[in-house]
Amino acid sequence: MSVMWWGVIGTSVIAFALKFTGHSIPARWLSHPKVQAINLQIPIALLSALVAVQTFTSKSKLELDHRALGLGVAIVALLFRAPFPVVVISAAVTSAAVVHFL
Amino acid sequence: MSAIAPATWRDSFSVSLTVGAYGIAFGAAGVAAGFSVFQSCLLSLLTFSGASQFAIVGVIGAGGSALSGITTASLLGIRNGLYGLRMAPLLHVKGLRRVVAAQITIDESTGVALSQEERGEAAMRQGFWLTGFGVYIFWNIFTLVGALGAQAMGDPAAWGLDAAVPAAFLGLVWPRLKKNSDRILAASAALLSLALTPILPAGIPIISTAILAVIFGLRQR
Repeated sequence: MSVMWWGVIGTSVIAFALKFTGHSIPARWLSHPKVQAINLQIPIALLSALVAVQTFTSKSKLELDHRALGLGVAIVALLFRAPFPVVVISAAVTSAAVVHFL
Repeated sequence: MSAIAPATWRDSFSVSLTVGAYGIAFGAAGVAAGFSVFQSCLLSLLTFSGASQFAIVGVIGAGGSALSGITTASLLGIRNGLYGLRMAPLLHVKGLRRVVAAQITIDESTGVALSQEERGEAAMRQGFWLTGFGVYIFWNIFTLVGALGAQAMGDPAAWGLDAAVPAAFLGLVWPRLKKNSDRILAASAALLSLALTPILPAGIPIISTAILAVIFGLRQR
């Protein structure tokens, strides 16, 4: 079985198990404020790491290329409170323009 | 079931449509990362949690192992479990209904449910179900559209469109950066993952930043 299939099945099974567990265990088990606090920080850390790795690396090497400019435009779009699809498309169009015209 | 307030309909529908539209970005990202159209659609049908889905295709697409991809995706999915904890006493459902409720327990269904608090518990339940089903339907339709679009284009990286994926992650994390400490955590996680990239296998540098989340979480009052 390919890496992709393991990824699809593994992620889906665990994602559902996590959701279902939440609906099935007594609330007091995880209501500790520290657990809640850590849970709020996890997406911030992992998503920020994903932004960095997907923008500035390629195959275990650090790289500065068209993606960085695309990300810069995405930041500007977010500063102007642009909706999500506008953010993604403006980044994609910018990086494509750099690849084709520079 | 009592009548559904127009405001609850409006909140649920607008969230469902806008969030569902992100599905285009996910479908395209899945195919760009080397997943088939079918596999990308399965992720939306079965995993049904945006950040986790982007993570698994992002990590594997960058050459990471299935295990590191699944771990990253699952760490991002923990919060759905905590949402379930909050929603269960409100919904009190059993059997198949609980299975369905669990599957549609995500940021948006929980968020709309909580935002209906002033309108009473019935409105909260309606907000949960309407938004959960609404996002599910639109997210899956748009995933298919995005995946087919990317497949028709060939390799998005060759077109130079690959900044779309980090921009999508940025769009997901941006609304969470409310306090100064959130921004410091985001910057630290970005730097740590970059520093570790040359020395650790793909995917591990991303998972490693969960340690920062624990440290920052424990320091909060």
